Amino acid sequence: MTLRFINARLVDPEAGETREGELWVEDGRIAAPGDPQAETVDCRGACLAPGIVDWGVKVSEPGERHKESFRTAGRAAARGGVTTMVTRPDTDPPIDTPEVLEFVHRRAQADARVRVVPMAALTKGREGREMTEIGLLRDAGAVAFSDCDRVVADTRVFARALTYARSLGALVVAHPQDPGLSRGAAASASAFASLRGLPAVSPMAERMALDRDMALIEMTGASYHADQVTCARALPALSRAKRNGLDVTAGIGIHHLTLNDYDVGDYRTFFKLKPPLRPEDDRRALVEAVASGLVDVICSMHTPQDEESKRLPFEEAASGAVGLETLLPAALRLYHAGDLSLAALWRAMSLNPARRLGLPVGRLAVGAPADLVLFDPDAPFVLDRFALASKSKNTPFDGARMQGRVLGTWVGGARVATD
Amino acid sequence: MTFRQNHLLGIEPLAPDEITAILDLAQDYVALNRGPEKHSRALAGLTQINMFFETSTRTQASFEIAGLRLGADVMSMSMEASSIKKGETLIDTALTLNAMHPDLLVVRHPHSGAVGLLAQKVDCAVLNAGDGRHEHPTQALLDALTIRRAKGRLHRLTVAICGDIAHSRVARSNILLLGKMESRIRLVGPPTLIPAGAADWGVEVCHDMHAGLEGADVVMMLRLQKERMDGGFIPSEREYFHRYGLDAAKLARAKDDAIVMHPGPMNRGVEIDGTIADDINRSVIQEQVEMGVAVRMAAMDLLARNLRAARAA
Repeated sequence: MTLRFINARLVDPEAGETREGELWVEDGRIAAPGDPQAETVDCRGACLAPGIVDWGVKVSEPGERHKESFRTAGRAAARGGVTTMVTRPDTDPPIDTPEVLEFVHRRAQADARVRVVPMAALTKGREGREMTEIGLLRDAGAVAFSDCDRVVADTRVFARALTYARSLGALVVAHPQDPGLSRGAAASASAFASLRGLPAVSPMAERMALDRDMALIEMTGASYHADQVTCARALPALSRAKRNGLDVTAGIGIHHLTLNDYDVGDYRTFFKLKPPLRPEDDRRALVEAVASGLVDVICSMHTPQDEESKRLPFEEAASGAVGLETLLPAALRLYHAGDLSLAALWRAMSLNPARRLGLPVGRLAVGAPADLVLFDPDAPFVLDRFALASKSKNTPFDGARMQGRVLGTWVGGARVATD
Repeated sequence: MTFRQNHLLGIEPLAPDEITAILDLAQDYVALNRGPEKHSRALAGLTQINMFFETSTRTQASFEIAGLRLGADVMSMSMEASSIKKGETLIDTALTLNAMHPDLLVVRHPHSGAVGLLAQKVDCAVLNAGDGRHEHPTQALLDALTIRRAKGRLHRLTVAICGDIAHSRVARSNILLLGKMESRIRLVGPPTLIPAGAADWGVEVCHDMHAGLEGADVVMMLRLQKERMDGGFIPSEREYFHRYGLDAAKLARAKDDAIVMHPGPMNRGVEIDGTIADDINRSVIQEQVEMGVAVRMAAMDLLARNLRAARAA
């Protein structure tokens, strides 16, 4: 089957440019121009880009299916232009054995309408004591290993896991946050958090943990990705590590690039994230770090939480926000503000995560899988959280004015239903 | 009507004229409380429920007396012992009580912002009797009334707030109030007990108690909240008293007519020398307690007037 997109603004992160043109798809892959009788999609000047590879999605299966399932997450992804969900293992039970991973594969295959690529836990039970069966899990399809927001505090355990992972070429994803300094924190240390009377963590906690991890990477030679680097203070350590040739990359959640600590306002728990939202200076520094390529990946850090766990005093409320469906319009805020080009955004949301995880997607090159998103970057709307496809509606963008509508999503050349 | 609030959740939302309105009315209630007939009917027919999710003897007693003197039906609940232990959420508790049609809810809670959250879910006037480390507005108002009676004004005074600022809602409310009334504020304490970013609040921060009290009109001591300490903020109580406890030598740096305040309960020999606390020429600590009842009567009276006006409309 052949498909031809005409009158498109092609967003090509590999070439680093946006250009007018058309795109051909044959047998699920991007192809050279062919049969002129092919089915035609008239893009009418809208943007056609590689589908988003969202690194760090929590689907809540197994264990908390009332918060999100593969069906609802898949639908949210399709609506948000996300064609690959790289899922997190911080489920209940955690994904720390090949058997649980097998369950994830089965459930994803049955219900998710986009690609699902799972990560597995680095230590058993995410308890930071013994490493998981990294080899078996990798053979079963785990693309990376992470204890998510739990930090492996014992450096001996972490060093051994890194050494072992290195022998298999497995990528380790860590959450840089010093567990001592950040204990009990609900906000970033600032005059605002202090006035609100919230227990807060210094940005130093992120820098310290990243410094520690970089030393361990230097020692073990493992491949390392920091899931979220959010503080200006942590950037020199990252830059130094890259300059010294360590195999290190870093990501950041879209909320930390588009919101700051003041947005918490009057204890609005939908703005409670982990790590907490940072002061504006940090946000600006991180936007620049994404523009320069120092920070490689933008993701949604999709974390469904039910109403009960958010309708609590701020300190007691659960952390995290849903983001599969809002990642694209939120990221376009950076484009409309003139901070990042579309090509730079898609480098961080699609090309870089795909490359880092060894996936063939994220490109518009001939032969690449035809995972595509067609969107109007200007279409304005006001977000209504109850209109989201996710089971959980915990978005900080409720009522926000946004720009950017997804017009269609294709996975392997097939259009994905969004209803 | 000068006072425009539906709740008293903090000092932050109040305008200076609203603060003055509360203090002026409280001044009238001071006279009533000192008279032979202590009853008014300002809250007659209204129901006041005190919900304390954190134990308190003084504040709860003060709110109870204030309500009783104004003729309200007053009920006090110690929430620590009740349904919270059974797993009920704060909002469910609020909705349950709301169904009993209270008119005034007085709430203390260990978490910052919790009283504001509760206020969103009920139809009555809510008074914050202390939420976490956030605010304790009636304490700041009673302190302001005490200062105004001693000094004749609230502007252009130098007020030193000393001790555990980091864990203190009393400090935050006082900083907000005295800032709005245009006084000069110094925070004095060890760096581990001064919150991050405090220097950006428009106050001076001072780690040396002698320098911090220099020329002060008001010396406001805070309780060293042992129960809030995770441990390790200060080396020992005796070192704390040596460096930050209020004694005669340190107080000598303040103005000769400086007053000494403390929100209570005091740790004698930790943050304040007993003889200073009892010095009737300097200490206004007992007067603070008296002003507490008057200020709470005024705040509830004004809120009840707005509540009745809103219901009539």
